[in-house]
Amino acid sequence: MSFIKKSPWIIHYDGTSCNGCDIETLACLTPLYDVERLGVVNTGNPKHADILLVTGSVNEQSAPVLWQIYNQMANPKVVVAIGICALSGGVFKECYNVKGGVDTVLPVDVYVPGCAARPEAIIDGVAKACEILQQKLDHEREKKRTRKAVKNNG
Amino acid sequence: MSRRSIVPFGPQHPVLPEPIHLDLVLEDERVVEAIPSIGFVHRGLEKLVEKREYTEYVYVAERICGICSFQHGSGYCQAVEAIMNVEIPPRAEFLRTIWAELSRMHSHLLWLGLLADAFGFESLFMQCWRLRERVLDIFEMTTGGRVIFSVCKVGGVRRDISSDDMKRIITVLDTIVADLKDFERVFFDNNTVKSRLCGVGVLSKEKILELGAVGPVARGSGIKLDMRKLGYAAYDKIPQVEPIIETAGDCYARCLVRLRELYQSVEIIKAAASTMPEGEISVKVTGNPNGEFFSRVEQPRGEASYYVRGNGTKFLERFRVRTPTFANLGALLATLPGCDLADVPMLVLTIDPCISCTER
Ligand code: SF4
Repeated sequence: MSFIKKSPWIIHYDGTSCNGCDIETLACLTPLYDVERLGVVNTGNPKHADILLVTGSVNEQSAPVLWQIYNQMANPKVVVAIGICALSGGVFKECYNVKGGVDTVLPVDVYVPGCAARPEAIIDGVAKACEILQQKLDHEREKKRTRKAVKNNG
Repeated sequence: MSRRSIVPFGPQHPVLPEPIHLDLVLEDERVVEAIPSIGFVHRGLEKLVEKREYTEYVYVAERICGICSFQHGSGYCQAVEAIMNVEIPPRAEFLRTIWAELSRMHSHLLWLGLLADAFGFESLFMQCWRLRERVLDIFEMTTGGRVIFSVCKVGGVRRDISSDDMKRIITVLDTIVADLKDFERVFFDNNTVKSRLCGVGVLSKEKILELGAVGPVARGSGIKLDMRKLGYAAYDKIPQVEPIIETAGDCYARCLVRLRELYQSVEIIKAAASTMPEGEISVKVTGNPNGEFFSRVEQPRGEASYYVRGNGTKFLERFRVRTPTFANLGALLATLPGCDLADVPMLVLTIDPCISCTER
């Protein structure tokens, strides 16, 4: 993981999960898995976060909340969908109040399957998210540089 | 003069693992009213019963909530079995009891951790969750899953626990008890912890009866209410099932009830393991359910009841769950007015809210 230049801060939101994926996400932070030793910090403030972890599918009530959290996060940001519910709706797909996976509301970068997703899989998903975060950062820097060059030449 | 202001609490909040929204009307630091708004986790899975066969629906019932998943599954199975007059083998009943008690342990340890986190005792939170991982290891060893294990089915259970595994489980439980003894002192006689918990959110016995609260909330106020006394699964064959009660009715009492229930669960598992008969673990179920039944089980959070109505086809007609958190929400709203803003997370946590059960 040497490509990661900064510690990723994560924020977690429970769409309409059954709690299974939630507690596995929390379990990642506790002694057995302890992602904090890799510099991953769980924050409650969207403005501090780089990675948004979403568990569970979305419904009418939680979609605007999710959208708001996403909009409050600073760029660049990465969204990780955790559990089969967040991927497609899973077992609840046919329920009347389920819109479907998280990607019906937000652009999702990493999909972590499983019901419930295992902590190992979640950590792997966050590691992938770090990679994408770095790419996005590089991309943005590149854009800035070209813009500057164009300005200086023109 | 005091000024009124409204502080929104949730749905996304660091102390809340699950989304619920409370509008707290404050007068200076004091809460005068709490207005809840819910629906963030509503999926509508009771209706799904019309689209899934009754044997398949066990998977959905287990996903009502990931924390007491096993008890949801077994409560549903019990109801269907009662409608169809299916006698499950005694060994299956004992196995269900063992897994149910293990679920209770994992849930209570989880809750103790979250409570510690709510009053800002981070290392205690980590210790509780470290212990909890050992219970999850037992689940993984016996069922293959960590939180959702789909081991219950209509007519019995899917997996057996061999006597070797049972011995291993008992050794692990003994280490858990030893470690628990070590850090229970922090809960029992630490001044900081006591000052945050004692005398906070007091609910009298009369108030509890009026509001109809269940589980550890009722037992913390001195009411002997425990559905395990009904003797479902193998609870009627185990003498250790006596409701644990405290009389103070505050957050501290509710915490003590849960701590002491952890030891009780270990006792129950040991008793069940030593008296478990040999034999089959499931029976074949034929036909379709026709009729209705109410089944009641004691979950970590209190009594849950399941109503199942079948119409003779393989799709059930109606399924309804009444979850413990729903019964306890009234108690929560009764404790909030008059408390300090800083105590709100504690009060919310002390009923051990499970929003995904409540809203389904
Ligand atoms: S994927 Fe499974 S465990 Fe996770 S929230 Fe959905 S139903 Fe629960």
